[in-house]
Amino acid sequence: MRFSMLPAVFAQMFKKPWTNKFPAKYAPANTTQFLADVDEGIAEIIPPVPTPNGFRGKIKYDKVKCNGCQLCIKVCPCEAIEFKKKEKKIKIYIARCCFCSQCNDICPVNCLTMSDEFLLADTDPYSKDLIVE
Amino acid sequence: MNQEATTKTSYQIPIGPIHPALKEPVHFEFEISGERIVDVSVKLGHVHRGIEWASRKRNPIQILYLAERICGICSYCHPAAFALAVETAADIQIPERAEYLRVIQGELERITSHILWAGVAAHEIGFDTVLYLTWQIRERALDLTEYLTGNRVTKGIMTIGGIRRDITKDMLPRVKKDLQYFKDNFEKLCHIFLDDKTVGMRSQGAGILTKKDALKLCAVGPTARASGVKKDVRVDTSYFAYGDLNLKYITPDDLTGNVNGDVYDRIIQRLLEIDQSIDLIEQCIDKMPSGDIVAEPDIQKLLNQLKKVKGEGVGRHEAPRGEVIHYVKFDGKSDSPYTWKVRAPTYNNILPWIPMLIGEQIADIPIVAASTDPCMSCTNRVAIVSDGRKYELTKEQLHKLSVEKTRRLMK
Repeated sequence: MRFSMLPAVFAQMFKKPWTNKFPAKYAPANTTQFLADVDEGIAEIIPPVPTPNGFRGKIKYDKVKCNGCQLCIKVCPCEAIEFKKKEKKIKIYIARCCFCSQCNDICPVNCLTMSDEFLLADTDPYSKDLIVE
Repeated sequence: MNQEATTKTSYQIPIGPIHPALKEPVHFEFEISGERIVDVSVKLGHVHRGIEWASRKRNPIQILYLAERICGICSYCHPAAFALAVETAADIQIPERAEYLRVIQGELERITSHILWAGVAAHEIGFDTVLYLTWQIRERALDLTEYLTGNRVTKGIMTIGGIRRDITKDMLPRVKKDLQYFKDNFEKLCHIFLDDKTVGMRSQGAGILTKKDALKLCAVGPTARASGVKKDVRVDTSYFAYGDLNLKYITPDDLTGNVNGDVYDRIIQRLLEIDQSIDLIEQCIDKMPSGDIVAEPDIQKLLNQLKKVKGEGVGRHEAPRGEVIHYVKFDGKSDSPYTWKVRAPTYNNILPWIPMLIGEQIADIPIVAASTDPCMSCTNRVAIVSDGRKYELTKEQLHKLSVEKTRRLMK
């Protein structure tokens, strides 16, 4: 058979696109302007698809619970966690984090959890959004 | 290469290290006579990342995630082989349920990888509609991976002495539904690859690797099995739960009746392996006992235990591309292993390229090269660098050095 793919291709023409939708309906000429419009409420954004349960996103840190045992620093594969000696608390650089949640597993007081936040792109690795403390 | 072949009629074509036809950096030098390839030379080492060196200041738990990043597609196989090696060295017994869960994750990765490969192979011969179809199926496999492990590609599911996430009863309906979807689409995929003229025209009789060459050049995985070599780590050494499962060697003659060792056979081989993997996951779900999923839940205790270990271990796992071997040695003095050596399957599947490519046309290079499912970044771990330049020694230079040393010693 020469055109075995043809039925599938024609059927696809009447189906919804398989891929997740692009945030804007059409690619905006100026992305920065588009995002500013979204913030002001002029333009609308198609929301990202929901994450499944147990997704490993940006780390959440409960500073009060933390007892400064430094075990998370010991297992972190990418040295993303820094110990603040004076306060005896930790500082996590999300730009270095590999989202393995190994620090969550070892933490004896469960002060670290994974959230489902994943839109973390930034131009500055040391920006406020990418440092958890 | 003999001298007669390089007469004035042949000319050379260098391809790579960076070339649109190649997915990853590798350098080919083809000796061409007319349209035919007379000789091939392959140069590697363009993506050396120093992973083994980076392991020197990390403990085994940290190395798991480093191993995961050796290859993006085999992000389960490398930590699996590493964990096996460490478990052998430290003599850790894994709970039975974890063994089954490890098989499920491994086979799910094989499905994802083989479907991806089927798409790439179709793309290489210019059949892009199949690429979109296969990646549609792969998307479903990745969604299932995300559901079971938390992330799509870097799974982070392996740990020493077990596995990090359980498949609970309420997760099973979703897994079964997706497996049914793979089965339905597997039929569709088989129909396209085996009945369509386009695929057959380009792949039948192209890039032949004989059984003799496959054995001589130590080809592994689907590349070797497609040439009729019965070689599969899952059957040869029953690690994980593979010993309890109904599993046999798969060669393309199961479907077609004879082995040619060409690209077409490698396509059939991988399609049959997808079917086998679906079957294995189903078997695992049925047979899986209840119980713990990790031998030592306290990671701190585990690390202290590993710190005292003195000895060495080898971990072998059948990755989608073939056998992956990890060797670990502990000296009992430091947190990190004394040495760690990785042998990725592509390393063995590079030399078979030479008999495959000789005699082929230039236009067949992409599909023949892609037919072994090469993964260059996994392979590159050694580079000799001197004065900031890549340093290589030819045979003549080595001989000259050797002669010079003899003369020096004789003085």
